[in-house]
Amino acid sequence: MENLSASSRTEAFPVGLRVLVVDDDPTWLKILEKMLRKCSYEVTTCGLARFALEMLRERKDHFDIVISDVNMPDMDGFKLLEHVGLEMDLPVIMMSIDGETSRVMKGVQHGACDYLLKPVRMKELKNIWQHVYRKKMQEVKEIEGHDINEDIQIRNEFEDFEDRHVLNGTDMNSMRKRKDVDNKEHADQEFTDPATVKKARVVWSVDLHQKFVNAVNQIGFDKVGPKKILDLMNVPGLTRENVASHLQKYRLYLSRLQKQNEGRNFGGNMQSDFSSKDVTANFDLHSSTQMQQNGASSKYIYTNQKIPAQVIVPDGCADDFKNVVSLQVMDSKQALLSDVSDSQKVNSVSQLGVLLSFKEMMPIVDMKPLEPAISRHQSWNGGIPVMQFMQYPKHNHKRCSLLEDYSCLPKPDQEHQVFADHVHTPPSVISVTCNTEDDMCSVSELKPVHTNQKSSHIKPISPVPFMTNPVSVQVDSGLSNTQDYSGLSNTQDFGATCGKDGSTNQKDHYNDQTCSGWIPPPLQLSLTNETDLVSLPEQLQLCSLQGIGCFENVGLNNMEIFQYNDSTSAIEVHGNWYDSLEFNCDYLYDSADYPIVDECLFA
Amino acid sequence: MEYSNLRRQAAYMKKSLFDQGYLDEQFYQLEELQDDVSPNFVEEVVTLFFRDSARLISNIEQALDKCPQEFSKLNAYVHQLKGSSSSIGASRVKNECTLFRQYCDEENLEGCLKSFQKMKREHAVLRQKLESYFQLLRQVGPAEKATRPSM
Repeated sequence: MENLSASSRTEAFPVGLRVLVVDDDPTWLKILEKMLRKCSYEVTTCGLARFALEMLRERKDHFDIVISDVNMPDMDGFKLLEHVGLEMDLPVIMMSIDGETSRVMKGVQHGACDYLLKPVRMKELKNIWQHVYRKKMQEVKEIEGHDINEDIQIRNEFEDFEDRHVLNGTDMNSMRKRKDVDNKEHADQEFTDPATVKKARVVWSVDLHQKFVNAVNQIGFDKVGPKKILDLMNVPGLTRENVASHLQKYRLYLSRLQKQNEGRNFGGNMQSDFSSKDVTANFDLHSSTQMQQNGASSKYIYTNQKIPAQVIVPDGCADDFKNVVSLQVMDSKQALLSDVSDSQKVNSVSQLGVLLSFKEMMPIVDMKPLEPAISRHQSWNGGIPVMQFMQYPKHNHKRCSLLEDYSCLPKPDQEHQVFADHVHTPPSVISVTCNTEDDMCSVSELKPVHTNQKSSHIKPISPVPFMTNPVSVQVDSGLSNTQDYSGLSNTQDFGATCGKDGSTNQKDHYNDQTCSGWIPPPLQLSLTNETDLVSLPEQLQLCSLQGIGCFENVGLNNMEIFQYNDSTSAIEVHGNWYDSLEFNCDYLYDSADYPIVDECLFA
Repeated sequence: MEYSNLRRQAAYMKKSLFDQGYLDEQFYQLEELQDDVSPNFVEEVVTLFFRDSARLISNIEQALDKCPQEFSKLNAYVHQLKGSSSSIGASRVKNECTLFRQYCDEENLEGCLKSFQKMKREHAVLRQKLESYFQLLRQVGPAEKATRPSM
């Protein structure tokens, strides 16, 4: 059993293949049954062709494939083959003691998918699942064009794209259009070039994938098999092969995640923000925007509508995207794999941040060596957000302990909110950058922000201020202090304290506080750094919200900058940062308030 | 000591069955299928074969006795027996069946009758040989189990 699943990379699929064997010869029936069972198939034997046909008619869904002898007294094997082909459309393998060409040809003409000569060998039987697989692929292809289910979008894809799943966002219309176009193309193609092999694919939409993940979780990750999942999912039109291949990818993905030592920021926000533009270049930008938006909306209840967030999902990324989604789903169930706890962590956070994660994922999934640009991206994306809530592995050596703490948290669902707060921080940083740029502030200034965070993060910044200040506690928990917590390994407290409440409080503070005090903090050195850092994200958020317009111009450039500036000293950064804030308009002020709050508390 | 003798004897019997062409490679296949789940798989299959082939042979006999003979029907029966004998690797029987079918195709009654007699003989000999072989194996079998721990 094990070797079978291992050898064929379709995971468990061939295992449990339901085979009906029809042969009037009881000896062969016994041997075949034994052989097929050794192949880990489910075997039903039948000595009479008529009886077999009846059985098939009654329970045609109970079999995947039929193996039938050609010469049977009660009914010619070819006749049976014909019936089965017409009525149940199951793959049928014929077998016979003699291999006269005419006989074999007759079998093929009647629709036999294979013709085995007796004595049949194990190795031949081991391979019969391929016929089932092929048939299913054809079926999917035929079905394609009808929307069986909203969740299942089937389209033809050429082999080149075999492994790409097209992300179908919420924008169903565009998706359909695209599909139609594809269909036409394919149809044309078919006539012109019959040799072209086309693959039918199920597009794993967010909902579908969620069902999948739910099923996996319900079954238990160790025990999952495509069939169980399929049954649980209960989605018409979805085949076991679809599930099997998806499961395989899902597993690969998880293992990849495991390997990846870096904490990643995953977004799970699958809401309606996606439209299907194909502008890959702007992708980063958009995503960041979206992130921001989400963060803002969740936390501050700002109106989303103002900002039309556009997430562009290039086909290539679709896979990754899906994966991300899956992660998100996972988290709700608590950790499936202890190893994946990272991702999980991230996930819970991620409700907000699909896009960022997305980017990060790309390099991983594609397995390409990271291009410079991408790598920058990564550092950028991963760096900031992770620092916020995840303790980016690069910088944080205590990540593991952190993670554990996280996992201890009672309810992932509830925590989403909490994490969310932290999550948006990263984007907010980005947004800040944008603003600054707009305001003509030097890029380098922006960088500093980033640097600050990092540096603060890295340094085991004094836990003292937080601890000492009773007043500050709430605020801290709400927002920015995740980092500190991580350092302190107080994660649990964090989790407990944080919540919607925390965020609200912050908000209040936010509004109430005047900007008066904000300049001093920058001046304060090491200890203050923390505060600043903490406070920064929030400020950024505000800024970003208001200054959305600026976002569009911000893109890769900024990211690059970020990286370069890492080396800048924290102090300098602070100074710059604040200056820039000053220059900026009102909203900057608001943001400034925030830090102040922290400051006061600490002072 | 005696057991190992028996074992050697059984092995020798099997070898001679192969050497004399009574059995072919398919028999090994059956032996490979035998496992803990069905420890007597080979014998069960062989027993099943002889029970069923007896039925097939009587079918053939009846068809031959009919006058005039329906060669196509006869052919089908022989074909059945051929398929069945291939299941345990009864190669001599199988070969005789092939010959038999040629006579059927030629509607050569005399050849058919001759072939049928030969085939029945082969069938009987194989049955007898295999019966004694399995008898030997049954004697060896428990001995093996008994001696294994002490070894």
